[in-house]
Amino acid sequence: MTDAVPLRLGLVGSPNAGKTTLFNALTGLRARVGNYPGVTVERREGALEMGGRRGVVIDLPGTYSLDPISADEAVVLQVLEGAMPDVPAPDALLIVADACSLERSLLLVGDVLRRGVPACLVVTMLDELAARGGSLDLTRLEAALGIPVVGVVGHRGLGLGRLQALLASPDDWSRPPIAPPADRLERAGWADSIVSHTVTQRPGSHRVSEAIDRVVLHPVGGPLLFTAVMVGFFQLIFAWATPAMDWIDGIVGTLAEVVRAQVTQPALANFLADGLVAGVGSVVIFLPQIILLFSVLYLLEDVGYMARAAFVVDRAMARIGLEGRAFVALLSSYACAVPGIMATRTLPSPRDRLLTILVAPLMTCSARLPVYALLIGAFVPARDVWGPIGLQGLVLLALYLLGGVTALAAAALLGRTLLPGEGLPFTMELPSYRWPTPRLWLSQVWGSAAAFLKRAGTIILAASMVLWVLLTFPRVEPPAHLSPAAAASYSLEHSAAGRLGHALEPVIAPLGFDWKIGIGLVASLAAREVIVATLAQIYASSDEDASLREALQRDTRPATGEPVFTPATVASLLVFFVFALQCMSTLAIIRRETNSWRWPAFAFGYLLVLAYGASFITYRIVGWLT
Amino acid sequence: MQGKSDSNHAPDCALNTLTPGQTGWVTAVDTDDPRGRRLLDLGFLPGTSLRVLRRAPLGDPVLYELRGYRVCLRNEDSLRVRVRVDPGGAK
Repeated sequence: MTDAVPLRLGLVGSPNAGKTTLFNALTGLRARVGNYPGVTVERREGALEMGGRRGVVIDLPGTYSLDPISADEAVVLQVLEGAMPDVPAPDALLIVADACSLERSLLLVGDVLRRGVPACLVVTMLDELAARGGSLDLTRLEAALGIPVVGVVGHRGLGLGRLQALLASPDDWSRPPIAPPADRLERAGWADSIVSHTVTQRPGSHRVSEAIDRVVLHPVGGPLLFTAVMVGFFQLIFAWATPAMDWIDGIVGTLAEVVRAQVTQPALANFLADGLVAGVGSVVIFLPQIILLFSVLYLLEDVGYMARAAFVVDRAMARIGLEGRAFVALLSSYACAVPGIMATRTLPSPRDRLLTILVAPLMTCSARLPVYALLIGAFVPARDVWGPIGLQGLVLLALYLLGGVTALAAAALLGRTLLPGEGLPFTMELPSYRWPTPRLWLSQVWGSAAAFLKRAGTIILAASMVLWVLLTFPRVEPPAHLSPAAAASYSLEHSAAGRLGHALEPVIAPLGFDWKIGIGLVASLAAREVIVATLAQIYASSDEDASLREALQRDTRPATGEPVFTPATVASLLVFFVFALQCMSTLAIIRRETNSWRWPAFAFGYLLVLAYGASFITYRIVGWLT
Repeated sequence: MQGKSDSNHAPDCALNTLTPGQTGWVTAVDTDDPRGRRLLDLGFLPGTSLRVLRRAPLGDPVLYELRGYRVCLRNEDSLRVRVRVDPGGAK
């Protein structure tokens, strides 16, 4: 039999104390991930079965004290006090502390014990303590603190049995006879006296870690290694994910063909193939990148390299008002902003997280490449500029640089105006190097992939259905004499999206765009590269690059007979794609990560204004030059 | 400021002026705002001994070892911590 109301256990501890490992060891893969109401702090809860009683473990954000200076830490205090709406206060607390840094961890332990909630201390990293020649008397620690103390090695499951037995009856736990002092300095004295009674041998420095750090953090070798790791990382998510993505793309295409062949009712077949299957495909296509990115990210994190990388690059990032850990998220966004934005979770400061999310869409993601390739291939002459370096490659490089430089400038500007610093000092622990634990690593990767499918997948699917409706309805029968390609073009022009393209013409004419580009821009809201397929459909050409290129080159304006794609229009369109946030997947993931529509709306708005302004200026300047 | 004490040794100085390899102990921390109080929570408490491990390649932040762990601070924060250098600890 189980009780009706499950026992709520809060997990409190400083960052790097081993909270996540313990959480995973206690709950397995049954974690429920969400957000706390009104803030962008991740909420993780997991079910737990213990001695017939049902329990819920709440993984609270890592904190150094209960005097909060960030949103994450404020959440800890609010949950402990039961002040968070819809989140009942925990019935008991598990305080997690690293055995090697007990001298510091006890400062937080004392703070938590003052709250009078039944508490139990879980001491982690006992294996590392032993490796560093230290020893700790847990029995004496239990006596000194007056609460139950359990030593665990979470990834090996040692001590978990005793902990689970203890968890069933927190009301029986011993309580401290007197509360630790309220004043910080007095509490430090209290902590130091406990340490001197219980730590029988202080741990020495971690020799292996120090030896590795002599290379990894070397003034010259450190940055070189950092560059090598980042290039490898970028190569992995940019190049190695592509075969898997093409493979998924192929399967989705085949599946759509099968549906079309099997379903005889044309409207239903069209909906199932182009709407549903393509919509699901547009979600699943991201999985290879997300799984690869998080596999590497969590591996580097678990091993201990991530903190070193952030240490090496922090000074450079500080110049634009961010910190070292933001670098990886921005770099990932070069492949795709969706995993990049998910990677901002490694940033402890909510302000830095939001700032990084807002500028990540400016990094030149891989979805822009087909658009750049089409326009550059069609309109930039394949001329050698210097040796093997061609003009086409230089234009592509310039577009990449324009995006990257603008992202950094936007971060500096938004950071100074919209999101001024929140007074949070930059502090980061450098943990000792450890071998990764495959189980923990896999569960982290799985958790991120599942979170993406559940949180963003639903929005992406819904939005791609809406877009399919716009591109398909209302259905106007094309005249019978048209060829199939021309008939498709005719239907598209008379669809809601086609009408929208016409309606947009006065607005986009100052940028040098006509209604056909307008339809392409509407369709590219799904994903940037969709404009290529849409233009192919409008120009009634096949998807083959060559024929579409020629069609674009030949197209003329009916009124004047001048070409539609002048150098000014092409430059303006390229610049528009550098800046504009035409990607509903990115909007969906920003919505999910910031827990409100306000920030995706802001990101879309400011990038649209930037794109429009920059395209307008580009159109004028290039038009005047040519 | 708190905990200024006798000065029959070298006078205390800001933590950010120490070089890698030097050791010392905290004499006072500027705790006027939440940033300073956070330094106390991190274990930079008067009386705590610490060691400067290394500087980042671009000079900032700097890695310190204290209370059994290693943490890095930017110079803008470490200048709030006053320390007395351990004369035997220089390299």
